[in-house]
Amino acid sequence: MKKHIFSVLVENHFGVLARVANLFSARGYNISSLTVGETEDPSISRMTIVAVGDDSILEQIAKQLNKLIDVIKVRDITHRQHVERELVLMKINAPKATRADIIQAVDVFKGTIVSMTRDELGVELSGDSDKMDAFIEYIRPFGIKEMVRSGKIVMAR
Amino acid sequence: MTKRMSGAEILIDALVQEGVDVMFGYPGGVVIPIFDVLYKNEDRIRFILSRHEQGAAHMADGYARSTGKVGVCLATSGPGATNLTTGIATAYLDSVPMVAITGQVRSSLIGSDAFQEADMVGITRSITKHNYLVDDIRSLPRIIKEAFYIARTGRPGPVLIDLPVDVSAGFLDDYVYPDSVDMRGYKPNVQGHSKQIHKVAEAFAEAQKPVIYAGGGIKLSGAWDELLELAEKTNTPVTATLLALGVFPQDHELFIGMPGMHGTQTANFALTECDLIVSIGARFDDRVTGDVNKFAPQAKIAHIDIDPAAISKIIKVDIPVVGDAKQTLQELIPMVAAREKNGWCHQISEWKKLYNVPFEQGSGSVIKPQYVVQRLSDLCPSDTFVATEVGQNQMWAAQYYTWRFPRQLMTSGGLGTMGYGLPAALGVQAANPGRTVINIAGDGSIQMNSQEWATAFVEKLPVKTFILNNEYLGMVRQWQQLFWERRYSSTCLKETPDCGRTCEKTGKPCDRMYVPDFVKLAEAYNCLGLRCSDPAKIDETIKQALAYDGPVVVEFIVEKEANVYPMVPAGKPINEMLEGDA
Repeated sequence: MKKHIFSVLVENHFGVLARVANLFSARGYNISSLTVGETEDPSISRMTIVAVGDDSILEQIAKQLNKLIDVIKVRDITHRQHVERELVLMKINAPKATRADIIQAVDVFKGTIVSMTRDELGVELSGDSDKMDAFIEYIRPFGIKEMVRSGKIVMAR
Repeated sequence: MTKRMSGAEILIDALVQEGVDVMFGYPGGVVIPIFDVLYKNEDRIRFILSRHEQGAAHMADGYARSTGKVGVCLATSGPGATNLTTGIATAYLDSVPMVAITGQVRSSLIGSDAFQEADMVGITRSITKHNYLVDDIRSLPRIIKEAFYIARTGRPGPVLIDLPVDVSAGFLDDYVYPDSVDMRGYKPNVQGHSKQIHKVAEAFAEAQKPVIYAGGGIKLSGAWDELLELAEKTNTPVTATLLALGVFPQDHELFIGMPGMHGTQTANFALTECDLIVSIGARFDDRVTGDVNKFAPQAKIAHIDIDPAAISKIIKVDIPVVGDAKQTLQELIPMVAAREKNGWCHQISEWKKLYNVPFEQGSGSVIKPQYVVQRLSDLCPSDTFVATEVGQNQMWAAQYYTWRFPRQLMTSGGLGTMGYGLPAALGVQAANPGRTVINIAGDGSIQMNSQEWATAFVEKLPVKTFILNNEYLGMVRQWQQLFWERRYSSTCLKETPDCGRTCEKTGKPCDRMYVPDFVKLAEAYNCLGLRCSDPAKIDETIKQALAYDGPVVVEFIVEKEANVYPMVPAGKPINEMLEGDA
């Protein structure tokens, strides 16, 4: 099983996300993450889909996406040079005793403190997924109260 | 020139411009504006009123399969629309060009669980090639144009247009029907890559034991002449799938019949032993391949298909060619070297001699269903269109009818929809007045859409239905007999709570009773009803039915436990066929 990143240009109109999501569920493909947003051309959206499967499934995913009338272009950019970013927001348990350690970690990972209460820190961090995973792993023992990950957005170089 | 027109007028004008001469459907609240325009345009489009929306969808399907044109059906919102879905899915699985138009509740009510509201775009997303909810009358002309274009190009399929009543009753001041489409996301590739086509030609040259595996794509692209030319030039045997029966002359020495679960021994042995398969417009359905891991173990596989997603979906393909079958074959034929007949051809004709034998009725007093099909084939005019229901009747039709022309057979291959045959046959008859159209049916399937005999009578569509009545859901019963130790759970159509299943336990026949009495049922619909249980009267019954000027229902009381052979049990390799005393 491999993880592949598909960058998919689609018509920016109503129902397209449902078509793509439906394709994955109807054919039993796995999505790890899916992000969607407008491109420089407001009539086109870009979906970044991270999917998991063996070679034949990944090939079918690309082909089936291409068959959708609202899909303009599908690129598998896994093995191309690309920039990849993800955003994570989290609330971390931060009593006085551990607060300094957490702030230091946020600093090292080049994150930003976005909120703070007496016993809780809100943190924002962006970067590639490995960096996210490393930060989350480090922070987990302190107690993550809530976490939101955006899913990957990716741009070919 | 632009005109002020209502949404419904735009729809009908656009249909006329797309060449629609017949359409099928059923009215209801939100489509009254459309029916009102149809009423005023009955000289331009013949509207055939079905008795169930599923019937209308299959009629549009039969119309499309027999003509190659786009079939059109129309239903109201909610239940009318959901009743179309089986017909739409049937067309989708068999790549039939269709435009299904459904009414929808007023735009302002969409999403409010309004009366007769169903989310048709959502419901049909995975059974249509594409679908539309028309949210603005200004986009209606473009959407209709696109729908027809999508339905008939590339790998054809059904397209649904969901039309809210305020759009069909609304007005557009500057209606113009567009000449062309502009869809950046839809550009089917019809021209196969020359380098790939060259590789197919080389594979032919290297192969000692090639087979052409022809699918429905041959029919869809009209490539039968090219198929014949390629086969004859290279002396390659041809197997044709259920959907491709008729694309290759049945009596040709290179024709080896249908492959797969109920295919011929010759086709299955040839596919298993060949060293090259050239698949053209076929999709390696599991009913064809059996155990995929043991399918054609020594063969190199070339696959010509207009749908890239069909290639290497089931079986890893060595030479993929994405393109239209006709165009690709036209390019391929001059590239391939002519070949003499070799030992492989000899082997093929040996197999054919051994296995290709006509079915014998024998001297028994019970009619054999296979023999009825054979007699139909001999007695019907050679240009007869044939529809089938689904199950044993369908497989016997495929096996024992002699297919004479490409669009002769309408059958639900991919979805296997019981109840398909009668309405499909009516669609064929509407498209081909004056031709003989028959439906080969089972007593189970025919009950799923028998209400359409009313349509047959009032619309003067003289379809002849031949029911092979074995009083069972025969195909499921066959599986129960062969693989479930004869536990005939819910497959006897006469079983009552107090019958005690004596037949299963003792093999004893039970009292004859007719549920339904098909002769009476036929008469209730003003059709001619005939019953035949005597092998000696088969021919005269068929002739009587064919001679009658109107719809006919013929019931042949046939051997109850006749089976379809050969049979490859599900999941087994295709050369491991069960053969029995059919």
